[in-house]
Order: sequence, then structure tokens, then C-alpha cells
Amino acid sequence: MSRFRVDEGLLWSLRGVAFLAGTIVVFVVAFVGWEASAALRSVGLSRFVTDPSWYPSEGLYSVLPMLVGTVLVTAGAVLTATPLGIMAAIFCNHYAPAFVARPYRRMIELMSGIPSVVYGFWGLVTLVPLIAQVEPPGTSLLAGIMILTVMILPTVTLFADSSIGRVSEEYTRGAAALGLTRWATVCHVVLPAARPGIVAGVFLATARAIGETMAVLMVCGNVVKTPGSLFDPVRTLTANIALEMAYAMGDHRSALFVTGLVLFLLIVALVWGAELAGEGRARG
Amino acid sequence: MDSLARSQRGEKLAQVVMWSSAALVSAVFLWMLSDLVTNGLGRVSWEFLTSSPSDSGRAGGIGPIVVSTLLIVSVAMVVAIPIGVGTAVYLAEFTSTESLLGRLVRRSLDVLAGVPSIVFGLFGSAFFCKTLGLGFSILSGGLTLACMVLPILIRSVEVGFREIPDHYRLSAAALGLSRTSTLLHLLLPAAAPGLAVGLVLGIGRAAAETAALIFTSGYVDRTPESVLDSGRALSVHIFDLSMNVPGGTPNAYAAALVLLGLLLLINGAASGLAHRWLGRNIATL
Amino acid sequence: MKRALVVGGILLLAGLTGWLVLPSSAQAKRTKLVLTGSSTVAPLAAEIGKRFEALHPGVRVDVQTGGSSRGIRDAREQVADIGMVSRALKEGEQDLLSFSIARDGVCLIVHQDNPVAALSDAQVVAIYTGQIRNWKEVGGKDAPITVVNKAEGRSTLELFLHHFKLKNSQIEAHVVIGDNEQGVKTVAGNPDALGYVSIGTAEYDATHGVEIKLLPVGGVAASIETVENGTFPLSRPLNLVFRGEPEGVARLFLDYARSEEVQDLVRNQYFVPISRR
Repeated sequence: MSRFRVDEGLLWSLRGVAFLAGTIVVFVVAFVGWEASAALRSVGLSRFVTDPSWYPSEGLYSVLPMLVGTVLVTAGAVLTATPLGIMAAIFCNHYAPAFVARPYRRMIELMSGIPSVVYGFWGLVTLVPLIAQVEPPGTSLLAGIMILTVMILPTVTLFADSSIGRVSEEYTRGAAALGLTRWATVCHVVLPAARPGIVAGVFLATARAIGETMAVLMVCGNVVKTPGSLFDPVRTLTANIALEMAYAMGDHRSALFVTGLVLFLLIVALVWGAELAGEGRARG
Repeated sequence: MDSLARSQRGEKLAQVVMWSSAALVSAVFLWMLSDLVTNGLGRVSWEFLTSSPSDSGRAGGIGPIVVSTLLIVSVAMVVAIPIGVGTAVYLAEFTSTESLLGRLVRRSLDVLAGVPSIVFGLFGSAFFCKTLGLGFSILSGGLTLACMVLPILIRSVEVGFREIPDHYRLSAAALGLSRTSTLLHLLLPAAAPGLAVGLVLGIGRAAAETAALIFTSGYVDRTPESVLDSGRALSVHIFDLSMNVPGGTPNAYAAALVLLGLLLLINGAASGLAHRWLGRNIATL
Repeated sequence: MKRALVVGGILLLAGLTGWLVLPSSAQAKRTKLVLTGSSTVAPLAAEIGKRFEALHPGVRVDVQTGGSSRGIRDAREQVADIGMVSRALKEGEQDLLSFSIARDGVCLIVHQDNPVAALSDAQVVAIYTGQIRNWKEVGGKDAPITVVNKAEGRSTLELFLHHFKLKNSQIEAHVVIGDNEQGVKTVAGNPDALGYVSIGTAEYDATHGVEIKLLPVGGVAASIETVENGTFPLSRPLNLVFRGEPEGVARLFLDYARSEEVQDLVRNQYFVPISRR
């Protein structure tokens, strides 16, 4: 009998802990939302998109240019990192000899652990001056895309690598027996089979790119304006918070929490999208 | 014949593209590494690691900052481990995929895993610093990071549990062991690999963080005397040296090299353990 | 092997917890003095704090950076004991007492290789509002100008806007920077950039081999000396602010921060000591 009571106690305490872990996200939204509510009330929701720009000292609060900045930097990085990452994964599985593939994988895994501030620092002292020689000012959308590409590349590569690695050897042997070249095998047999894992990796990498703060802040120029070219500076939502938070008071501070809320919604939309993509594949 | 020749040419081309893209990726990594090593290595010494920064960090070392970083990471892990392991045990052993609580928890952890670190920073500064009145402190920073590393920790521990073959549980049940003792004596030790990987990954994630710490653990660059003191993390120090302190670049290089070395070590350990014990790479846990 | 790791891990955690809990009991004996505010003042205040701590072993001085407005608010709400403000107090801020510990100026900087030796106030305004976009138009080489501006909330920005009678929304910037050093790095890495930063930062970097050049403002050379003799037009006091009448440790610290004993620290940060003026 007593044994049952122990089991019950354990189950309930585990439920409690799991519930606590599950509510953290609610807490995060609640507190960020609470701090944002002051600005939403006094400035009004609509002005966060209709104001001409973001000049809190003059009472202008549009987050649109920053939203565009975030989307552009993220899209650029994801579009560059995805093909590169998939190619690196194919390289590991189908082109490189084992004595190259093994250290190569290890290197990619090590890259995934490099802190963003180190990437940012390196970008600031090395990459930005290089870009500035081509087209000043150097701190630009391009610099942001390049740094972010390097940062999310490991995620894309490692997901692609593990799902390509799981495609059974029978498949590839069969394809080879049919006389397909290695490249045709990869294109028509391996990649379609590995797609779910690759897509999951790309979604995760996108989330990382959206949320990246310090590296982007250090190399992007941070001008609140919709960029006209790759060499124009941009400010992302994350950089906006990091740049102004310590200096902000009153409505300005609260408006930065609104920025945080927008970021959160972006992530929720992305997770939802990833889930839909997963379900669509499962049905199709 | 013509098509065969073409496909062979295509194959050659593919080979060249593969090798060169792989070379490009390695080149970027090695470029950055060699840049940091050549500029930073000259300054890294035992002296640098243990002495206090002086003259705003331009001179002196990073001793107190290393201490603060370790404290922040420890606070984060001490708080995150019980919650993380408990949740993972619940998700892996005590709930089916259909149960409401299980589904809700999983879904909310998925979202939590994607929340940008700067939003955690906002949350931490509003909740831990302001509402709970902890102010700029190592405790605030550590608690904020605990929330942040929780999803990755739970994922790896859960994987650890799922790797345990079912006959463990069946034989335990057949022997009449209670679920509590099955868990404590059989499953927990067998799931240790997942726990170890999660622990190391969590430490790595926490040690690399900057954005969430700027508004929570603060800038004070001296040895903290308790967890209620403010303490500057290594990553924040690098950020400050490179962005705010004139002439801080040389020491920023050295500090960046130290942090990089530390994280390559931590990450190398995590990936080694994950490969040996869980048979997968660290990103796909 | 696995079991040993788990046991080791648990022991390690227990040890860490002990280490975390124990030192906090020693804390009660200390007096803590918290300073928050301007990132321009913070490095100086931290250095003064260190020396102050050496003289008064029972005191701990904590310095957090933010902006001047943050210093004002924290001092007013007494979240911090002392606020740091890198400008003179405004009209609505007279409920606070201010104590100047140093002076600093804001100067324009360009890359060392830029042939332009001076810009008139009108030219600066025209460049920052986007009417002049090429160095050629102000006597330089044929290259587009990269305009470097400061992010919202910085008092360097306020001082600059006030002096040139501009509004931030009129400025067409190519780079927006946070702190001074980021501005210096941006200009040093870009031969066609024009920015403005604290003279303290600029002079430190220029004398330490960073490739930047300080431009005069209104015909007065930008240097510590012209700020010191009061002729440089874009200058500001660096203040510590306090609500109410300071007493105890705060009084001691405020007095110490303005004393002769910290003048070398002020000079080391390339600011101008206040007591000689």
C-alpha cells in the first residue's frame, strides 16, 4: 500500500515540476506584455506600424523598419546557409573519404558552440573593414547576413547530416546498381528521403537567426531605415532592444518591450509554421 | 553515349562544387580561429586569467570575470537541473503523447526553445530584477539563464530516457519493483548519458550568452562576494571592451580567445558524449 | 564509468551550492554604494570607486552603466545611491543635487587619411541632414560621406543636436552606434566616415595609434586643453547626482570623487579635472 503512495507522490511532484516548466513561457509573455502595456495604452497599437519612423525622443514609435530589417537579415542568412549546409552534409556522407568526413563533422559541431559575441567581435574588426573597402560604411545588411550565415550553418549542416546519414544504404546501393551517378543518386534518392530532417533544421536555424542579437548589433550599422541595397545599414528588432534598453525610460522603455513582444510573436508563428509543415508532410 | 558523357561531366562538376563548398566553410572557421589566436594568444597567461582588470579592462586580467561567469552558470544549472530532469522524466516515462498536460508542456517548451535570448533578458529584468527585487545580480542572471537552457536540457534528458530499452522497465515491473524505485535504481542511472550531455550543452549555452545577461547580471567587474552582487560575465566583458572601452581591443581579443577555448572544450565534450552514448550529433537532440 | 560520472556530478553540484550559499552570510558587514547612469562617466566612476574601496575597506562601490537619463531616474527613485549624468542638469531636474567630477567635450572625428582639416558648423549641419553627400563638396576627395550618428537616449547625441540645432529625425545617418568606442572603430575602419564622440575617447585612441583625426569645432581645436580653458564650444560637465543632502558614505565618496587625489584617474580617462577650472 505504502508503495502506491510513494508512486502517487512521485507522479504528482513530477506533474508539478513539468507544469512549472510549461508555465515559464506564460510567465515570459505575461511580464513582457505587462511592461509593454503602458506604451500600448498611451501610444496605441496602431502607431507602432503607422508612425513614420522610430524616434522615441520625438514620440515616434514605428517598429516596421526594424521588422523589415529582421526579416531581410534572416532571409538572407537562411537562403545562403541552407544550400551551403546541405552541400556540406552531402559532402560528409557521399563525397568525402572517412578520414576527411570525421574531422569535418567535428569541426562543424565545434562551430555550433562559438558564442555570438565572438562572432560579432570578429565581424566588427575583420569583416566590416573588408566590406567597407568595397562600399562604405561596411556595417551593413551584407555583413549581418554573412555573420548570421556562419552562425546558423552548423545547425543546418548537422540536421541535414544526421537525416542524410539515416537514409538506408540499400536505397543508395540500389540506385548505384541502376547505373545512376553519385550526384543523381543524391538528388533523386537521398535528398527526398532526408527532406523532413533538413526542413526541421532550417526552421530551427531560422529561429536562431531571428533571435540573434549581439553579433548583429555589432556589424549591422543599426540605422532605423528600410535598406535600399545590400550595403545599406539595417537595425533588427533584437538590436533595437539591446541598443536602447539601458538608456530608456517611460514610454520609450515600454515601447522596447513592445519590440520584444513582436519578436515573440514572430517565433510563435515560426514554430506554428514548422508544425504545419510537419503535419502536411505526414499527411502527404 | 552523349548523355553518359554529360552525366559524367555533371558528376565531375558536382564533385568540384562539393569539395569547394566544404573548403569554404572550413576556411571561414580557420580564418576566424587563426585571427583570434594570433591577436589574442600573446596576452593570455595564468596572470591574465587570475588578475583583476584595471583601467576599465584595458590592462590587467579577467580573474573576477571568470569567477562571475562560473557563478552565473552554476546558479543556472543548479536551478535548471531539478526542474529539467523532473520534466523530462515526466514526459518520457509518465505520460502518453495524447495526455493534455504532456502535450501542453511539450508545445510550450517548443516555443520556449525558440524565444530569443534578448526577450529572456527583458523578462529577467522585469521579473527577477524588478518584481522580485533581486536587482542587478548574479542570481537574477543565473535564474534568467536557467529558464533559457531548460528546453535543451529537457530534450537531451528525455532522449536519454527514450534510449533505454523497454525490457528494463518490463523486468522491473515483473520483479514487482515500484515505479519510484524502478526510476531511482534502474532508469536514472541508465539515462545518465542524456543527463550528462544535457548538462554539458546547457553549460555551454549559458556560458556563451550575452544578451540575456546585460540587463540582469550587470557590468560590475569585480569579484562578487555573494550571488546577490552584480557580476560581469565573460561575454559581456568582451562586448564592453570592444564597443565601449577605447584601447580595449587587445584585451578583447584575449578574452574572446579564452571564451572560445572554453566553449570549444565544453562543446567538444558534449559532442563526444552525444556520439558515444546517444549515437547522434548535438544539434539534432 | 557512467555511475561514477553521475556521482561526481552530484558532488560537484553540492559543492557549488555550498559555495554559493556560504559567502552570502559575510555580506551583511559591508556597506554597498550603487552608482548607475552614463556610460561615459562609468569607467571613471569605477576607477574612483576602486581607489575609494582601498581607503575604506568596509565599503563596496558598484557601478552599472546605462544612460544619463537612467542615472537621473535611478537617483530620483533611489534605486541607486548616486546617479551618473554626462551633462548639466535640466530645468525639471533641480530636485537633485549635482556634483561635477570632470569635464568632457564632444568632437567630430574623421579617418586619419581624410584630407579635410576642418568643417564649418553649416557644413556639419548640411552633411548630417543629407544635403552634402560627398567629401568633394567640402574640399575633400571624391567619395561619399558615411554619416555616423548615436543611438537614442545618449547625452552625447543630445549635446550634439542642441549645439547644431538639429532634430534627430532630420539626420540621415548611415551608421548608428551605441557607445563611443564603437564610433571610433567605425571611423577608423572607414576612410570616408564622419562621426562625433567624447573627446576623452577620441584623444585616447588618437594618441594610441588608432587611425582617427579630431576636427575643430567652430574654429577651436578639439583637445583636452581647449575644453580645460573653456574655449571649446561643445563641452559638458560629468556629474554625480544625489537626491537630498548626502551623508555618511555617500558624502565621503562625493567629496573624494572631486578631490585632488583622483585627478590622475580623471586624466587617465582623458577627461579634464574640475577643480583646476
